[in-house]
Amino acid sequence: MANFLDFERPVAELESKIRELRHLSSENNLNIADEVGRLEKEAARLLRQIYGRLSPWQKVQVARHPERPHALDYIRAFVTDFVPLAGDRAFAEDAAIVGGIGRFRGTSVVLIGTEKGSDTEERLKHNFGMARPEGYRKAQRLMRLADRFGLPVITLVDTAGAYPGVDAEARGQAEAIARAIETCLDLRVPLVAAIIGEGGSGGAIALAAANTVLMLEHAIYSVISPEGCASILWRTGEAAREAAEALNLTAEDLRRLGVIDRIVEEPLGGAHRHPDEACRKLGEALEAALLSFRGQDGESLRRRRRDKYLAIGRRGF
Amino acid sequence: MNWLTNFVLPKIRAVVAKKEVRDNLWQKCPGCEQMLYYRELETNLHVCRNCGHHLRIGALERLKILFDEGAFERSALPEVLADPLRFRDRRRYLDRLREAQANFGASDAIAVASGRIGGVPAVVAAFEFGFLGGSMGLAVGEAMLAAADLAVKNECALIVVPASGGARMQEGVLSLMQMPRTILAADRVKEKGLPYIVVLTDPTTGGVSASLAMVGDLILAEPGAQIGFAGARVIEETIREKLPDGFQRAEYLYEHGMVDLVVPRHELAAVLGRLLGHLHKGRPQAAAPAS
Ligand SMILES: [Zn+2]
Repeated sequence: MANFLDFERPVAELESKIRELRHLSSENNLNIADEVGRLEKEAARLLRQIYGRLSPWQKVQVARHPERPHALDYIRAFVTDFVPLAGDRAFAEDAAIVGGIGRFRGTSVVLIGTEKGSDTEERLKHNFGMARPEGYRKAQRLMRLADRFGLPVITLVDTAGAYPGVDAEARGQAEAIARAIETCLDLRVPLVAAIIGEGGSGGAIALAAANTVLMLEHAIYSVISPEGCASILWRTGEAAREAAEALNLTAEDLRRLGVIDRIVEEPLGGAHRHPDEACRKLGEALEAALLSFRGQDGESLRRRRRDKYLAIGRRGF
Repeated sequence: MNWLTNFVLPKIRAVVAKKEVRDNLWQKCPGCEQMLYYRELETNLHVCRNCGHHLRIGALERLKILFDEGAFERSALPEVLADPLRFRDRRRYLDRLREAQANFGASDAIAVASGRIGGVPAVVAAFEFGFLGGSMGLAVGEAMLAAADLAVKNECALIVVPASGGARMQEGVLSLMQMPRTILAADRVKEKGLPYIVVLTDPTTGGVSASLAMVGDLILAEPGAQIGFAGARVIEETIREKLPDGFQRAEYLYEHGMVDLVVPRHELAAVLGRLLGHLHKGRPQAAAPAS
């Protein structure tokens, strides 16, 4: 892998050794083939060990991994006949939030996602997945569209947060996010959200006040970034690791707190190692979530979604 | 809940306590840096006579200013789980919380009360900025829902006065969940055809701005109040340039179409009274058209 994380170094070293040996084994040496097999087993064992007990701070790194599949990767993988839709009809198109209508497992759905982009050019185009008010207003518009035509909504959340900029504030970032949450809560169609990478604060909940919230195994979801929390409460960004522990931002934490409904297992070594497998697993989980709403009418979908948020935090954990 | 035990007595205690510890009779105006005498500040609703700067005030002071004759009945806040994450930074969150509770004689960063404004019944939920930065966690969310229920029961408006840095990060993602929950609180009032009015005060930022504060039927703001989603420092660090003059102030939001009216503190109760007069259930109705 071109990009490996600090704690993946032992695995990366083994893998580079394996590559070298494979290169040599063109000379058809049986001993080398044995050695490759042994090293591959060892690499898999190490990976299982490392990923079986990632610390919250390590999960933060995995969730932000540049090679992790992003919203459009998932949409390409499990949506057919996709037509992208743009614009908030008031000011601009905001590519930080992608959206459109497409076919998922034979059903037409509306898809909305925060998109980080996968190379420099794409990252700039999508503003690293940090939306401005027009992005959240576009999301509102697409949700209303889904509501009008009775289409389920799938949202894919992967954002460090809403864009902190003068222009965003001038055009009402706070209002745009508040109204996006309000729209999520008002829909009479199924709304399923998946936290696929970073679930960053208001920019995430704007798209995720859903009937069912799925979360990838190594994704994070938090009210503030560990770095931001550390610099406010510890008065130093150096304490980000401690803040990550304290914030309870892993999928396990969130399920225990009743904020998400289901954890979607990632391939061994994280979604960035086997993107296709990650897409397949998320697709299956989304399908199961949508199937669970069969037979529910719009009013009950809306009421149950609202009741779910009212109940959060009322029982013990 | 009764007015005497819940408002008058704590008030007397607060005044007595203040007398004992008041070593600071003078306060520097954050606007013009002039020294202001506390008694004069109090009679002028904590507005600087020199430059008009609106100093931050506590929740009880706010309720006193808004309700007719300063009379209201305070509601107890619903009980919630304290410190759900057992959060600890350099200090335990529970210690910070207990300390704030002791300082303010309140269970959390919001006060809910009912009374009349301009003769019209109303419920007010006022944030206490001094209480952990007016931050919103489980308790504030639950209080907002209770305030909405009270407004519905009394068939009156809910007026919310935020003064908050945003979500209470020591409650982690549960504080984030108060954004949808307080929007649901606002909806409870609106669904009954009752007014949900927001009065933005200094400061209203972060998760509080992007939820309960921006979904008002009407949104008023106090002059000079800082209002916005992202913190000014974060924005400066992101764009690496100086922020425009007056950025994120009430007047800036007014110019950008985000608030209905910027209202000086002295006129706030009167303006609210007039608005309630137009919107409340018992308002004079137009004669039904002849059939
Ligand atoms: Zn002054």
